[in-house]
Amino acid sequence: MLPLIVIAVLLVAWHIAVILRPGLIPGPLKVARAIVELAERGLLVKYVVASLFRVTWGYLGALTVALPLGIFLGTTLPADLAVNPILQVLRPISPLAWIPIAILWFGVGDVSAIFLIFIASLLPLLLAIVNALRNIDQVQLRASRNFGLPIRQRVVRVLLPAILPQLIVAMRIALGVAWLVVVAAEMIAVNSGLGFLIVDARNAGDRYDLVIAGMFLIGVIGVVLDLLMRRLERLDSVRWGYASE
Amino acid sequence: MKAKVRFSDINVRIGTIDILESVNLSVNEGEFVCIVGPSGCGKTTLLNIAGGFLQQTSGEATIDGVPVDGPDRRRVFVFQERGVFPWLTVEGNISFGLFDRSEEERRKRIDYYVQLVGLRGFENAYPRELSGGMKQRVEVARALAVNPDVLFLDEPFGALDSITRLQMRGELLRIWQTERKTVLFVTHDIEESIQLADRVVVLSARPARILTEVAIDIPHPRDLSSRRYLELRDKIFSEIGLAHRV
Repeated sequence: MLPLIVIAVLLVAWHIAVILRPGLIPGPLKVARAIVELAERGLLVKYVVASLFRVTWGYLGALTVALPLGIFLGTTLPADLAVNPILQVLRPISPLAWIPIAILWFGVGDVSAIFLIFIASLLPLLLAIVNALRNIDQVQLRASRNFGLPIRQRVVRVLLPAILPQLIVAMRIALGVAWLVVVAAEMIAVNSGLGFLIVDARNAGDRYDLVIAGMFLIGVIGVVLDLLMRRLERLDSVRWGYASE
Repeated sequence: MKAKVRFSDINVRIGTIDILESVNLSVNEGEFVCIVGPSGCGKTTLLNIAGGFLQQTSGEATIDGVPVDGPDRRRVFVFQERGVFPWLTVEGNISFGLFDRSEEERRKRIDYYVQLVGLRGFENAYPRELSGGMKQRVEVARALAVNPDVLFLDEPFGALDSITRLQMRGELLRIWQTERKTVLFVTHDIEESIQLADRVVVLSARPARILTEVAIDIPHPRDLSSRRYLELRDKIFSEIGLAHRV
């Protein structure tokens, strides 16, 4: 209830501010009308779907690579020691710094955007998986060795479930990063999606109502994605991994 | 009586530290042996060698006359309660080692051991919903379910409160009398060892040697205030140089 009141108060304050200082930014009503306009022109669904499409592929691609690679590095100490410095150097590089390389390799288009999202999600996932594997309780690893499970079974029945709580947290973070990056990628590499909407609205006639509408949609969808990911944390088989119990 | 587990002149040195010094010990089939000694003396090291988790520096550890090389399902460790897998239910934990059995066999064994350790009604509970003692029972059931010849218990009740600990000792004895496994039980609790074991092996401080072996010739159930119990207890206390006074 309280958050709703705060939102209402902020909307009113925004409305009043715009009346007092016209030209600051468009008011809430104008932004609401812009969203309706987007819906009527069929762009709302189109752009949201376009952005989600790129995030989905880039993110799933990252997960597909991070899982086996992370399990390999996390269980093979020499490999991890060899690769870790490279990962540490790559980590502080903003995914946006890859934009020129993405365009060089994949040209302007969906593949570039997907590649950027892939790069952005890969590192947090990979590092979290390696780290989680390193921190598995030795007693549990021994127990699994004691019962003579073949290696594949050990991965599926011990390693994966043991890292799952931390993996889910990393998946949330990575999806958040992916959603940040898709907007930036779309500003440069493509001509659809919510990021494109924002640049395009500014370039094509200072439509700041559409800019803010785009920002609003990005925020709302980001929250929805995070809420969906959080549902995973309530699975019975991972709840042990979170401190609230 | 046949020797099930035999340690012949076992030495363990890690870095520059001698952990175990010429340990010779033979455990018979179906025997319940407790290994006691001061904390950190190397009791667990000895167990880890028999379990195949650690390689001795010299000497030989054999089970059924065959040198131990690596962990094996026929001899199972019971750790303190944190060895249960928190992502599996009670059933999932108990059937953990039964991955290559038929579904029917698995069901039968789960059912039997759930009953044996008194967890009927908790089959689908997760470890976080169980008390420490119940988790410990899950571990014991998980170990027994694969029908091992030897059980290694490494201070299994160390983390339990004293009442639960007493109950668990009773349970373990009851189960041992049903299943007749060879048991090696490490503890630093001398009273515990006399309550449980056929034979108590006393280790010295590091580097650990065997100070003495004491056969506990009191029939089960043991009367903890009987004269023989107190005699044996005081004998072990004086052996490790402790006057039994606080």
